[in-house]
Amino acid sequence: MIKLVALIPLFPLLGFIINGFFGKKISKNASGWIASFSVFASFVVSVLIFIELKGNHDMNSHIVPLFSWINSDTLKIPFEFLVDPLSSWFLLIITGIGFLIHIYSMGYMHDDEGFARFFTYLNLFVFFMLLLVLGNNYLIMFVGWEGVGLCSYLLIGFWFKNTAYNNAAKKAFIMNRVGDLGFLLGIILIFITFGSVSFNDVFAIASSGNNATVTAIALLLFIGAMGKSAQLPLYTWLPDAMAGPTPVSALIHAATMVTAGIYMIVRSNVFYSMSEEASQVVAIVGVATALFAATIGLFQNDIKKVLAYSTVSQLGLMFLGLGVGAYSSSVFHVTTHAFFKALLFLGAGSVIHAMGGEQDMRKMGGLWKHLPITGKVMAIGTLAISGFPLLSGFFSKDEILAHTYEHSQTLWFFGQIASILTAFYMFRLFFLTFFGKFRGTHEQEHHLHESPASMTIPLIVLAILSVFGGLLGLPEFWGTSNWFHHHLDPIIAHKNPIILSHTKEWTLMIIATLAALATIFFAYMVYIKNKVLPEANDAKLTGVKKLIYNKYYVDEIYDALIRKPLDVIAIAFYKFMDLQFVDGIVNGVGSAVNGVSSVVKKGQTGHIGFYIFGMVLGIIAILFFTFIK
Amino acid sequence: MLNGIPINFYIMLSAVLFIIGVIGVMARRNAIIIFMCIELMLNAVNLLLVAFSTLHNDASGQVFVFFIMAVAAAEVAVGLAILSMVYRNFKSIDIDLLSRLKN
Repeated sequence: MIKLVALIPLFPLLGFIINGFFGKKISKNASGWIASFSVFASFVVSVLIFIELKGNHDMNSHIVPLFSWINSDTLKIPFEFLVDPLSSWFLLIITGIGFLIHIYSMGYMHDDEGFARFFTYLNLFVFFMLLLVLGNNYLIMFVGWEGVGLCSYLLIGFWFKNTAYNNAAKKAFIMNRVGDLGFLLGIILIFITFGSVSFNDVFAIASSGNNATVTAIALLLFIGAMGKSAQLPLYTWLPDAMAGPTPVSALIHAATMVTAGIYMIVRSNVFYSMSEEASQVVAIVGVATALFAATIGLFQNDIKKVLAYSTVSQLGLMFLGLGVGAYSSSVFHVTTHAFFKALLFLGAGSVIHAMGGEQDMRKMGGLWKHLPITGKVMAIGTLAISGFPLLSGFFSKDEILAHTYEHSQTLWFFGQIASILTAFYMFRLFFLTFFGKFRGTHEQEHHLHESPASMTIPLIVLAILSVFGGLLGLPEFWGTSNWFHHHLDPIIAHKNPIILSHTKEWTLMIIATLAALATIFFAYMVYIKNKVLPEANDAKLTGVKKLIYNKYYVDEIYDALIRKPLDVIAIAFYKFMDLQFVDGIVNGVGSAVNGVSSVVKKGQTGHIGFYIFGMVLGIIAILFFTFIK
Repeated sequence: MLNGIPINFYIMLSAVLFIIGVIGVMARRNAIIIFMCIELMLNAVNLLLVAFSTLHNDASGQVFVFFIMAVAAAEVAVGLAILSMVYRNFKSIDIDLLSRLKN
């Protein structure tokens, strides 16, 4: 079965081709089912491959060569797929959650005129994402990396008639280019240093690289990850990316694409465990992002924006885990986060669907009785992300924080604060949306309805996964075996088990739990008991609130620091270089030719005798200069 | 020495013939005369080739002469056809009339 791994990306590619070329000719139902089924087929193959991989104890890394891709002198890059615990796990996440979101989209996008186009892009995205995780070298990964960026651009700007959405799409694309350049330079440096970009070749000889080079490689790759996974300072595109349809936010900007950076760093963990400095940078950027985004999340009123900042913050937490060497814990958090964040986004989508497109939480409230299923699954998702005991987020977040504590107590403190803030703003979102009085218009209230089954069934499945996902990686100090760590162990070069005493671990877990519960209670007091509502008028905000509500003015700062100077330089170049210099040369050549020809053409009399005379003179001159000189 | 005549004489004769041809081409306006002058130049060259061919006992010079004669015959055939067309259009073969290609 492992030999057939190429089928996994092939199915979505087929779906893409069918929907892309014939989407307008077939019915909406057909195109939705073709897209969903292609992803489901990939999911089935992924499960079979995963089972085969687990059944085979001696071999946990299989390279499946497909063809020779680039073959020139020293640059030989085969097109190979790699099936190992890490890639097979990501395959399950991508195809599994991807399938659920495809089903959900059939309900959510039902009335959209671009239905087939939507599924075309979605299938293409899944194809590139699978390519990204399956490739056995950095170049295939890069192709997938760029491909998912392209699909992200297409899907953010899906409703292309809206200029703001198009701008958000461009912003995402351009921000990602910055990171991609870092990634590309990293790949080039890897090739120069090790003479290959294939994972197995590079990692086998990675220890021969000197520390400075390895640090440079690790940092360049991390710049790539910063862009794709929305870390400081390249995170600003992700909140804007919420312009896309909600299923896109769930699939691309929460569950899969934004975790590509984490996948890439875990894949390259050899470099990061060799370079203490690079790991330190990853950890600090991670925790700073987690904290920064969490504070912004506190005062956002757009339901999707809150979730977007929450995603940035959670990704920061994962990078914190990577920075302290807890690679498998981070992948574990990627997994649980994929469950509950996809759930939350899809739940938010269900709310938006019921509200007729309204995203402002100030106009929601009291939806619990109108949307019973959505309300319950949102409650589960909110509890899971807040770290409520025994739900999935509780285990994965605790694992990362325990590793962090071992590494540095300062980082742990900030990570813990970020997770407390997460609990607060998530419950703020939950209470504002589902409790209190309905604050929208009468028309909206009349329109409120639970979403169709195609939307609620994926929600229920994801809710179940969010509840039980934590069982994959029960902490070792509970006396259970941590299945997830054992699964990923083979691909981690430098294993890093927690060596804290059991009392310490219990203490940390209890602190985290109490903090989460206290925060939930606090949010309850604020938003249910005291019925605090966000300020309806943005302009009335003052002080810190205003600063945070405006996202610390980061967009404006970037605008002033980067865009404006670029504009000024561009205008200067246009005026002086383009209009004067380049145009001057081009027009000068033209008028020079014109002037010379107006003189020379007088010699063209049309009299043959004159021409012959000229010819004879010429021949004499040639003879004269050749023989006499 | 060639049949008792120095090679210099051959060279001078062909040079004189050639210059007469050049001057004729430049100075005359009658197309037929110009044609004849061109033939004169060709034959000046032919004479030179034959003279040197005999001097060096090398037949390839004479082969060239045959080629030149063949090409000249073809050229005359085409040229005279053109001339007869010119005459039909202009009722004259004065080449100064043929100045429509200017500018």
